[in-house]
Amino acid sequence: MKSLKSIAVGVALALGLGGVAAHAAEKLKVGFIYVGPVGDLGWTHQHDQGRKAVEKAFGDKVETTYVESVPEGADAERVMTQMALSGAKLIFATSFGYMDAVQNVAKKFPNVKFEHATGYKTAPNVSTYSARFYEGRMVIGHIAGKMTKTNKIGYIASYPIPEVIRGINAAYLAAKAVNPNVQFKIVWVFTWFDPAKEADAANALIEQGVDVIMQHTDSPAALTIAEKKGIYAFGQASDMKKFGPNARLTSIIDNWAPYYIQEVKAVMDGTWKSHATWDGIKQGMVKIGDFSDKMPADVKASAQKIIDGLKAGTLHPFTGPINKQDGSVWLKPGEVADDATLAGMNFYVEGIEGQIPK
Amino acid sequence: MFRLEARPQPSRFWIAVTPILAVIATMIAGGLMFAVLGKDPLASIRMIFWDPLMGEYAFYYRGQLLTKAGPLILIAIGLSIGFRAGIWNIGAEGQYIIGAICGAGVALAAYPVQAWYIFPLMVLAGGLGGWAWGMIPAILRNRFGTNEILVSLMLVYVAQHLLSSMALGLMRNPEGMGFPGSRNLQQYPSAANPELIAGTGIHWGVVAAFLSVIVAYVFMSRHMTGFQIRLMGESPRAATFAGVIPKRVVTFTLGLSGALAGLAGLFEVSGPAGQITIDFASGYGFTAIIVAFLGRLHPIGIMLGGLLMALTYVGGNLVQQQAGLPAAAIQAFQGMLLFFLLAFDLLSAYRVRLVKREHR
Repeated sequence: MKSLKSIAVGVALALGLGGVAAHAAEKLKVGFIYVGPVGDLGWTHQHDQGRKAVEKAFGDKVETTYVESVPEGADAERVMTQMALSGAKLIFATSFGYMDAVQNVAKKFPNVKFEHATGYKTAPNVSTYSARFYEGRMVIGHIAGKMTKTNKIGYIASYPIPEVIRGINAAYLAAKAVNPNVQFKIVWVFTWFDPAKEADAANALIEQGVDVIMQHTDSPAALTIAEKKGIYAFGQASDMKKFGPNARLTSIIDNWAPYYIQEVKAVMDGTWKSHATWDGIKQGMVKIGDFSDKMPADVKASAQKIIDGLKAGTLHPFTGPINKQDGSVWLKPGEVADDATLAGMNFYVEGIEGQIPK
Repeated sequence: MFRLEARPQPSRFWIAVTPILAVIATMIAGGLMFAVLGKDPLASIRMIFWDPLMGEYAFYYRGQLLTKAGPLILIAIGLSIGFRAGIWNIGAEGQYIIGAICGAGVALAAYPVQAWYIFPLMVLAGGLGGWAWGMIPAILRNRFGTNEILVSLMLVYVAQHLLSSMALGLMRNPEGMGFPGSRNLQQYPSAANPELIAGTGIHWGVVAAFLSVIVAYVFMSRHMTGFQIRLMGESPRAATFAGVIPKRVVTFTLGLSGALAGLAGLFEVSGPAGQITIDFASGYGFTAIIVAFLGRLHPIGIMLGGLLMALTYVGGNLVQQQAGLPAAAIQAFQGMLLFFLLAFDLLSAYRVRLVKREHR
């Protein structure tokens, strides 16, 4: 009886998949699973903008569905299975923590393609994709270094993971290059999205005398505080201009739309292949918002030059000579960091004060 | 004119009927909300309550209901025993986290040894961890008269920070490319808590949950300590005259609810969740409080309440995806359920009387 039941499950799964394949002429169903609410104005919001762009680009040929605020773990696995059962042929899993759940579901549905954001495990039907946000950090680090009067720059960091540490290093190196006296004050808030905590961190930084704040958290809270206190800050993930029209100098914008459209098209054409994508400013996955009028013309020009250099590929945020925080040599003069080191970056570069929390 | 009249005894009939009324009222009010949001109310309600049980892919969702309900029931059973005695453990979420950390700790320390005794040791560690976390408010209350509601709740935040620290530091997967999160216990056979029968969603945690329902039922209705617990909740003064030692009841109930929450955490981390991650705790400990009240603090009621709550989650995700409802609408829907339940409770404690207006 028990084995009968599991056979029945297997057959039903197979039939479910076969049934979908038989209606290939129908709309392509694409599922999106989000870790936060679509209204967070940060990470999830930008992924949802990508989803909307897919709907707009393909019109009647696609049907997109999404489920928001899905906890990582068993719930994510269930929601992705649910999407696959209801006929989705392509599923975007937009949080690092969905990694093992994606692998589990992908094994059960070999005919469904999965795209996992910011992870490192691929499979024949699982691709990974992420953006080189540190390129954006280089731009805003440069601007912050030029704009600060107190030479103190505040940094609201979420979790001590390579992604965040890479951003801090990139921003610091760019700021230091134009302002040798610059100091970074880093606060770890141990959350991706908690407006109250982010605001507290911003206030604490301002009390320490910083006059430019950058954040690696998702809400516009820091920008709102900066606006109130009359200092500068940046938009993060989305443009966020309306939250601090005077404070916001520019923003790092996550732009998933072109990638999502490209992958949906690949599935439609039957050309989709498993891959690991890590795109930056050059490919348009990372965008820099409009420059604020508060920026002097020369700062605008030099920042634009960096953007152009990153676009052309003639500039890399991590180009030697760079030492690690302990003084040991990381990159020799002219040497450029390789992707593997960047992907696992777990050290500060020379000059940053403080320790990475353990 | 209507008047409310207190009943001498809560009505048994209404106690049994109000949960059903509450579900129906939730369907009506929720359906209205879905209609306002521009969705077909009947289809949406059907997707939440019917499709996971009887729909096309029910074979998958039925198992998922058990997986989701398991930890809720296990935690709620523990909580209900304390609640019956008037001891309010609000911190099951923290005990759940500590149980998971302790259980996973055993597994990660033993890795990669394969042996039959690893999983039993993890179960022991998970239960003990939750118990110890529950004992903190118990000891503080017995020694210093602190309020266990506040202490247990505050300890949730401590546990959450400990969880972050574990995921980022001590328990971080050395092969994880620097990302937070432990090794995946699903991929470590001696420590894994997989489905016992493929496709049913039943793992050891679900088994433990149903066992706890039976044991709690017998314990509360047949055992002396169960009687003392009920007595202390209903009439503390009478209880002391009858020889009940309140401190002992505090120690017992907080320890027990902590241990059960710890076990739930252990079964979750070794099974469906697989890993210690920063976001491992997804609110089971708090939702279980709702489940305990949904089930009238009665073991059988809690079992049904847990399954109903699981249904709103599983069906809620389904309707989100299929009908495009926002997550907030589902949370509001779950809130309505609790609201109507508490509101209809009035009927079991009071009689509604139609009275003629008196002129004075």
